[in-house]
Amino acid sequence: MRKPQRLGFIYLSLFVALLLTVMPMPQMVKLARPDWALLVLMYWTLALPQRVSVLTAFFTGFIVDVLVGTVLGVNALAFSVVIFVVAQHHLKIRNFAVMQQALLLGLLLALYQLLLFWLSHFLTGVYFRPQYLWPVLTGMLVWPWLFWLLRRYRRQLKIQ
Amino acid sequence: MNQIYSRGPSLPLRLFLAVVCSAGLMFLDRYTDSSTQLRSYLTAAASPLFYVASLPQTLFSGASEQFMAQQTVLDENARLKETLLQQSGQLQLLRFLQQENDKLRALLGSSAAIEDKSLVAEVLAVYSHPFSHQVVLNKGSKDGVTEFQPVIDDQGVVGQVVSVGPSSSRALLISDNTHALAVRAERTGVRAIVEGLGQWDVLRVMHLPHSTDIREGDRLLTSGLDGRFPEGYPVAKVVRISQDASQPFMVVYAEPYARLDRIRHVLLLSGRSDAMAEAAEILPPEQP
Repeated sequence: MRKPQRLGFIYLSLFVALLLTVMPMPQMVKLARPDWALLVLMYWTLALPQRVSVLTAFFTGFIVDVLVGTVLGVNALAFSVVIFVVAQHHLKIRNFAVMQQALLLGLLLALYQLLLFWLSHFLTGVYFRPQYLWPVLTGMLVWPWLFWLLRRYRRQLKIQ
Repeated sequence: MNQIYSRGPSLPLRLFLAVVCSAGLMFLDRYTDSSTQLRSYLTAAASPLFYVASLPQTLFSGASEQFMAQQTVLDENARLKETLLQQSGQLQLLRFLQQENDKLRALLGSSAAIEDKSLVAEVLAVYSHPFSHQVVLNKGSKDGVTEFQPVIDDQGVVGQVVSVGPSSSRALLISDNTHALAVRAERTGVRAIVEGLGQWDVLRVMHLPHSTDIREGDRLLTSGLDGRFPEGYPVAKVVRISQDASQPFMVVYAEPYARLDRIRHVLLLSGRSDAMAEAAEILPPEQP
């Protein structure tokens, strides 16, 4: 087993993703904002499942809850479930082409949105609107670029 | 090679742990009161992140102000002076009216309307998660912000403060799904409750019987009966009414006056909560 190296850079990338999550944006763009933190977590879970998996997802989700003001634990739960699925199947998902990955992860993003909606509906009684699913589409569009960027980042800095 | 999971608990067990922890958090946050305190600590801990995240925007708007042509600045200055003049003119009249109102109230033996102090705050981050409409403000308990303080802008009511950190605070907007406030229609005096729907531009007026006199274009003002918002601030304008006899109540939608999607500066009203609670008690009962 390889020794962990430069794990700090993983947390740095998560931190940047969290910044992007709360960065002020015009209203139109905001509804379609991709779930940056979840996408970055997905990448690290695929690349280094022994370093980043459910518990990292839980804590990141908790921070997202604090930052965006949803009921505490909602994002934490949804992140954990989605990352659990990714971690269980990381060997299979890795073998797909990037476009196929984007489609598959799109499904998981939709699962995340629906979990989030379902929990919030149960806890605070929100109403469903189809616009809530925009981040799924933008997330899928962003994935190939993010994958490429983070892979370069990982290889350049030799994060293991 | 599958020794990667040999350290630490297995994956399903980790998921189980995470699910249990999140369920506990949700319960704590939703069904107990202790979470308010917890939230304010967390808000305080997270506020540097909001400062960093809004940095690009601040820099950008700062730069665009730097490069604004001098003529534009002069024009803006002239316009602002004109507005100031007009408004201070109106304010003189208002002072006179307030004095008169105080005297009349004294004659009636009812409590005087209370002077309100206010505090200007800037919006650090508008988080528009569809399920939580909240903004983070750059004033906190150091500046005298307290919980449940009403927040307004130049057009109307924006929301109320829900958690306070030392140098930042978080306000819930009236469009949030969990927010409701008491209003009174300006034209008829009908009282109602306005609830957020999780949409920026629409609020719903709740529980109005079919016989209620309400029209499109009616202005809804805060009634002060909720004990949080002072009386008389504009909240929303009725935009759509649908009378469906199969529903127990009228379905009435209203549009908030405050531009909730593009607020930058807000006003925090303060120093009225005790007096308002008092006022709420002595208001006359509703006329049938």
